[in-house]
Amino acid sequence: MVVLAEPRQVVAPGELLAEGDHLLGENSYKIGNQIYSACVGLLEVDGNRVSVVPLKGGYIPHVGDIVGGRVMDIGLSGWTVDILAPYVAMLPASETEGPRGPRRRDLSEMFDVGDMVMAQILSFDRTRDPLLTAKGPGLGKVSSGRVIQIQAAKIPRLIGRKGSMISMLKRETGCQISVGQNGIVLVWGRSPEGERVAVEAIYMIEREAHMRGLTDRIREMIAKSPRMEEEVAKQAP
Amino acid sequence: MSATPQLPPVAKLEQKTVVDLIAKGNRIDERGHDSYRPITIQTGVIEKANGSAQIFLGKTRVLVGIKVETGEPFADTPEEGVLTVNAELVPLAHPSFEPGPPDENAIELARVIDRGIRESKAIDLKALCLQKGKKVQVVYVDVYVLDHDGNLIDAGSMAALAALANAKIGKYEIKGDEVIVKPDRRPLPINNYPVSVTFGKVDRNIIVDPSLEEEQVMNARLTVTIEKSGSICAMQKGGLSGFTTEELRKIVHIAVERAAENRAKILAAAKI
Amino acid sequence: MQNKHPEKLLDEKGLRVDGRRLDQLRPVRLEVGILDKANGSAYIEQGKNKILAAVYGPREAHPKHIALPDRAVIRCRYHMAPFSVDERKSPAPSRRELELSKVIRESLEPTVLTDLYPRTTIDLFVEILQSDGGSRCAGITAASLALADAGIPMRELVAACAVGKVQGQLALDLSDIEDKQGEADLPVAYMPNSNLVTLLQMDGILTLPEFEKGLNMAIEACKTLHTMQREALKNKYSQIREVAEEKEEPEVIA
Repeated sequence: MVVLAEPRQVVAPGELLAEGDHLLGENSYKIGNQIYSACVGLLEVDGNRVSVVPLKGGYIPHVGDIVGGRVMDIGLSGWTVDILAPYVAMLPASETEGPRGPRRRDLSEMFDVGDMVMAQILSFDRTRDPLLTAKGPGLGKVSSGRVIQIQAAKIPRLIGRKGSMISMLKRETGCQISVGQNGIVLVWGRSPEGERVAVEAIYMIEREAHMRGLTDRIREMIAKSPRMEEEVAKQAP
Repeated sequence: MSATPQLPPVAKLEQKTVVDLIAKGNRIDERGHDSYRPITIQTGVIEKANGSAQIFLGKTRVLVGIKVETGEPFADTPEEGVLTVNAELVPLAHPSFEPGPPDENAIELARVIDRGIRESKAIDLKALCLQKGKKVQVVYVDVYVLDHDGNLIDAGSMAALAALANAKIGKYEIKGDEVIVKPDRRPLPINNYPVSVTFGKVDRNIIVDPSLEEEQVMNARLTVTIEKSGSICAMQKGGLSGFTTEELRKIVHIAVERAAENRAKILAAAKI
Repeated sequence: MQNKHPEKLLDEKGLRVDGRRLDQLRPVRLEVGILDKANGSAYIEQGKNKILAAVYGPREAHPKHIALPDRAVIRCRYHMAPFSVDERKSPAPSRRELELSKVIRESLEPTVLTDLYPRTTIDLFVEILQSDGGSRCAGITAASLALADAGIPMRELVAACAVGKVQGQLALDLSDIEDKQGEADLPVAYMPNSNLVTLLQMDGILTLPEFEKGLNMAIEACKTLHTMQREALKNKYSQIREVAEEKEEPEVIA
């Protein structure tokens, strides 16, 4: 087995990645014993597994993902929710916390058209549109904080290995950050200034997601931010 | 916009039968890979048209009518007559055909037939000029699909050629600004006889003259039009896959052979 | 705008009106990701051709009934701007544009892994801003880059190029002037890894040996264009990266 392209190298669709007895990872395909890239991305070699981490691309739902969504319509027994995917999601009334049965007169009292909700994907397959649940910690209607939208392909980078990037971001900016796999990110700061720095850092991660040394550069950027200095000064006793 | 076509309503099992037979060197109607379905051509079937021909290619049935009228030449070819090919997928021919303006399939059909006639210079357009830059003869070729059982391109182009060869035009005289048509039965000036040969690719097999059942399982289609001296004068690939270079080399040679055989049948039907 | 029609398309040395050899491509410039709103986009200049391609999707199928249960629907529109040719072209789609929309779509369908996104559409817009012969091929070259830029999984990039015949000689990548007087035109789109010809049309007259030679010329040109496509695509993503690497020591990232 031979890996022909340099790991972490930008590869194009159709580029030969490896030859021999490799395991086929995401975004790659095989002709004979040759593995080719199926998208623009970074080559990743994990042991014997060859895959490509995409640099672009929309959100495709996966069961278990936490996503942010906008309520588009209210039906008889639930809501339709735009989760920025090619498929419109359904949130049934039974999958929400709150009163059941005849006690609830109007679904719009819970989630109205235009509301932002955080939800988890309960089921989704090739034949049925995604089904959401809003039961669980951190899920449900979002009524405060800032909502931003970045490319779904950049979300893994925002989270970082074992959550390293996102926990650093929370620590350094003092903000609560909730991440939807579909690119919706919610930021709650103790102050508008902290929020602004966190948002700026998230956009920077989106822009520079495929570059090395990003964690350090983000940390540096936050520390250098005059707004943050003011924050720190204000909080100092 | 051009969109990926809807899947044909054929069960997987039925498709498998067609595909498996082809893989074994056979076909559902027991032809060889390189052979055509039976071809029957009748000419002069529409008396009010200048020329007409009806073809039965297996169960596919296409009628072509030729109308010759006077009109204006195109600005860039003031000394040439005009050729217009139009195809109608008449709703009576297949449940999937709907009334309305020609869809992309009808347009492609007409344009591929047109390309063969035009590029081989089958009609002597210069001979159709009546008054330079002002009056020329316009040849309308209307391809009418009456029963669709596959390979409309070959059926349409063979019928079009037979109809053109069969067409008779009147004698034109110019008096001042007027064009007077005197009844005459002169043949339309025809110089070349382009014949299209259409191939289907089913998995890795190449078949000639795909029937509708075969069209529904094939990955790609290729039409090669051969003019009388054996050169290629038009090509068109269709379908959701492609052809390898080896396949293309094989295809063009088969096309030359089949075109010669079918040309003989057309000329015999047109009594030339 | 020039409208001259030179008498000879080849000089004594066998060079063409624009000084090219018979097997030489016109200058090609490719750019990737140049539109903001589209999910993917690309721009090509080939000779005087100026063509934009954009991709939206995979997105929800509208209207719903066009959706396919087991794969994405690809929709394609090839359109010429009214100012793209010498005489104003009506913006309404002509029969030629409808046919080209179809063959362009069919040239790209084989590469897209459409079965990953059932019940969705991938919309592809090819807008000819200026036309200079061979616009369908240049459009395919740009459109396949736009698909890649949209992050749509695909087997490989598709490149396309035409071979024509001028004064009895096969010539690569005809310009408008050559095309108008050319004796044949053979547009070809090609996927090198799969050795698959996905666009093939022909008009004019070619003998079988001429066809074989022309096909080979077109395929060689497609391979050249394919390399350029790959470079253009990688360039877009490597630029920022190089700057970053100068500043930072390598680090393992998730």
